[in-house]
Amino acid sequence: MTNHYIDFRNADVILNMGGNVAENHPVSFKWIEAACEKGATFIHVDPRFTRTSAKADIYVRLRSGTDIAFLGGMIKYILDNGLYDEFYVKNYTNATFILSDQYAFDDGLFAGYDPTKRSYDKSKWAYEKDEKGIPKRDMSLKHPRCVFQLIKKHYDRYTLQKVTTITGTPEDDLVKVYKTYGSTGRPDKAGTELYAMGWTQHTVGTQNIRAMCIIQLLLGNMGIAGGGVNALRGESNVQGSTDHALLFHIIPAYLPTPRAKLQTLADYNATTPKTNDPRSANWWQNRPKYLVSLLKSMFGEKATKDNDFGYSWLPKLEDTQNASWLNLFDEMYKGKFTGFLAWGMNPACSSANAGKVREAMTKLDWMVNVNVFDSETGSFWKGPGMDPKKIKTEVFQLPCAAFMEKEGSISNSGRWMQWRWKAANPPGDAMPDGEIMYDLMKKVKALYKKEKGAFPDPILNLKWDYETRGKLDIHAVAKEINGYDLTTGKLVANFTKLKDDGTTSCGNWLYSGSYTEDGNMAARRKKTDPTGLGLFPEWSWCWPVNRRIIYNRASVDLEGKPRNPAKAVIKWDAEAKKWVGDVPDGGWPPMGNDGFYPFIMKPDGVASVFGPGLADGPFPEHYEPLECPIEKNIMSSQRINPVIKIFEGGPDSFATCDPRYPFVCTTYRVTEHWQTGVLTRWLPWLVEAEPQVFCEMSQELAKLRGIGNGDKVLVETSRGKVEATAIVTLRLKPFVVAGQTVHLIGLPYHYGWLHPKDGGDSANLLTPTIGDPNTMIPESKAFMANVKKV
Amino acid sequence: MKAFNRRDFLKVSGVTVAGLTLSQLGFDLTPVQAYAAELRTKGAKETPTICCYCSVSCGILVSTDKKGKVINSEGDPDHPISEGALCAKGASSYQIAVNDARLRKVRYRAPNSTQWKEVSWDWALDKIAANIKKSRDKSFVVKNNDGKVVNRTDGIASVGSAAMDNEECWLYQTFLRSLGLVYIEHQARI
Repeated sequence: MTNHYIDFRNADVILNMGGNVAENHPVSFKWIEAACEKGATFIHVDPRFTRTSAKADIYVRLRSGTDIAFLGGMIKYILDNGLYDEFYVKNYTNATFILSDQYAFDDGLFAGYDPTKRSYDKSKWAYEKDEKGIPKRDMSLKHPRCVFQLIKKHYDRYTLQKVTTITGTPEDDLVKVYKTYGSTGRPDKAGTELYAMGWTQHTVGTQNIRAMCIIQLLLGNMGIAGGGVNALRGESNVQGSTDHALLFHIIPAYLPTPRAKLQTLADYNATTPKTNDPRSANWWQNRPKYLVSLLKSMFGEKATKDNDFGYSWLPKLEDTQNASWLNLFDEMYKGKFTGFLAWGMNPACSSANAGKVREAMTKLDWMVNVNVFDSETGSFWKGPGMDPKKIKTEVFQLPCAAFMEKEGSISNSGRWMQWRWKAANPPGDAMPDGEIMYDLMKKVKALYKKEKGAFPDPILNLKWDYETRGKLDIHAVAKEINGYDLTTGKLVANFTKLKDDGTTSCGNWLYSGSYTEDGNMAARRKKTDPTGLGLFPEWSWCWPVNRRIIYNRASVDLEGKPRNPAKAVIKWDAEAKKWVGDVPDGGWPPMGNDGFYPFIMKPDGVASVFGPGLADGPFPEHYEPLECPIEKNIMSSQRINPVIKIFEGGPDSFATCDPRYPFVCTTYRVTEHWQTGVLTRWLPWLVEAEPQVFCEMSQELAKLRGIGNGDKVLVETSRGKVEATAIVTLRLKPFVVAGQTVHLIGLPYHYGWLHPKDGGDSANLLTPTIGDPNTMIPESKAFMANVKKV
Repeated sequence: MKAFNRRDFLKVSGVTVAGLTLSQLGFDLTPVQAYAAELRTKGAKETPTICCYCSVSCGILVSTDKKGKVINSEGDPDHPISEGALCAKGASSYQIAVNDARLRKVRYRAPNSTQWKEVSWDWALDKIAANIKKSRDKSFVVKNNDGKVVNRTDGIASVGSAAMDNEECWLYQTFLRSLGLVYIEHQARI
């Protein structure tokens, strides 16, 4: 999130699109209600009518997988009606930048497409630069190749008539949403967008969010109170686990993972983002300090200038290798791995095409599964269709402590890092995850010390000294993450103190400042609110440097005056020569006519309405989901996203416009369960409330298929089948798409064969192995299925 | 006013289940409710924590008795985001701590076996460490096909976990990367 949960109350218009906030983030809904009590309008756009829709001022339906068409129409509406914030667009975005004459867009493809590689040459999307290497700009926004004019041209094609044909949303409904949301383009109005997996789990997931970013930037809604593009993330610490880089493509705090071509520290540092523009702060220029400090945290005194601080001990991926989730399980299915750690996860139910994942686990020699309860992953070898006698995989099931049985911090979507105290001991032999991995690594180190083996250096040199009296001390790890001045042994105050010469350590630069000589900042519980905006700067701690609303320098004018004085996030005190309010995005004086631009993490210093870094184009364009109900994309000859990676053969199959799978299917969650139900399916109260998997469908579809409410039905895709209880409901309605009737069905994915006994199996047995080309997040929100009475 | 003890309160509740409404019993329920509220946390220790489910991160107060057993969990009224509120899941979190189905023992399933066997931590961690070493040593790539040094373990993959604390996540990625793993993924990708 750019903003945070309490900040919803500062919005004038709240759009929840790509999510179901009332059911999936229930307690945050109080801040939407607080906004509405003060006169805000709440809009819900979703294929299903949910409890969120029931509370919305405006509810509008769209077909799953057509969000870009919907939002493309909104961009056109905002531009056609002059609703955009001209000052903001000119000064704080790249709308004024002029593109080179190589940029083009034609019939669904941007310039530079190579059909054999299914990828783009992004150099065709470059800016024209002046003699100093600074992008050329046209402050009048009139140059035919300036970004602003190209946005206009691109989205001029998204007429109401076309958008309606694609989305199935009536034109009146579109206009109602466009007009209401477009009203926040004034400096004294704020609009916020709340999204979740309803946007990310598509083959155009990243571009769904990009489309909204364009809208928010046109309306001047980024960096302000009540604004932002806000991901309502699904897990209590998925923000923290992402920050700490439990992902193939990053190491802690969003540094790219080293690749084979970057053999030395100097090679890696040569890729540090650069700018020729003296007005761009280009904060990432500090990256070498963060990497060396991270290496010092990992390898301690063994990391020296002479050995590149142990850079060669970090594993290197191949230059273009993508080791993300779907590829990981594809490789496992093909037998690449002998060992597998499924730590605090249940991929046998949570992964798209879960049947393939379950089969893949039979190819392993050994697997470790750490969890609070038994799961379909740990017990995969005795699941449906498995013959344990034929499965060679050795399985270790390690019992871990639950959240109230250990101490440590978690980070919520608003980047608040909150400390949890330990209330009780874990039952039986269960141990906190941290203690398990700490003890395990001690044994691995001892083994390599004794027996040597393949390249033992990183293992033997790893600094692993976080214990007190033989037991992991979580505070010692928290301090390591914050970082030390190694010349004094004192904790650093924040990341501005980090150096690239080996005299500082820091496990994660974004968390530097969280545990200082002043104490454990995440454990703070003081409820002061000096701005009155609900920032609560002394409650817990927030990355970066306790800044509660990021990009906040975009909330003020060139002199540092708040553009909306009633909700001032920061303001410049000219006499004292300092900022007051939230922690500003850099303490420099206001931008003026020669100061720093506000978007300090971007090399150009401004926000990107034009996004040349993405795999599938600089502007979001509508493509149909991989599996869709219509033969032709209304917008172009490219039916599906032209750069997605297609997995074919074996357990991977797809069916588009196939009469065997005529209905659009989507997966989702209910309030009473969480993710695969790996915790909640074991709790009696919750199982009583939501005991089994169900399939929702409209009355029209139920009539068509002779299905009654409560009947047992079979939902089937080309990959798998799930038995469910039918819920025939008014909440779902057929869509009229391109002149034909399209039905939608949906299932929650919380269940699994293991427990409760009659709860049913995972809806992910149905979903396809296909991902967004930027993130590789699977398309679990729009695929084709059949449903019939059992 | 009649004084109630816990047994009386349960009797009243029992009658409710049998089909009578409380108002039909004809007495003031205020002291019953007050007593019940007091009972839950009497002599208990309250520990603040944060909910384990979605990313709103509501405050929860966990009450433990003198033996350290969890006896209650409820919303933390001081928490600025949740202000004491919890959803159905958060409100049930007490049942995570007090639950017969919790994994209490380390379990091992041998190749081609049809059942679990309970084992000790030491035995399991020794064997996992040996497995890690065997898989790593067998699959370790010092140089790739282009002769570039990659120092990578290709034969082990890991998924997990957003369910861990920050400190554990950092420690876990450090552990995995020092082993040379590159197939490192978790919930954020799906």
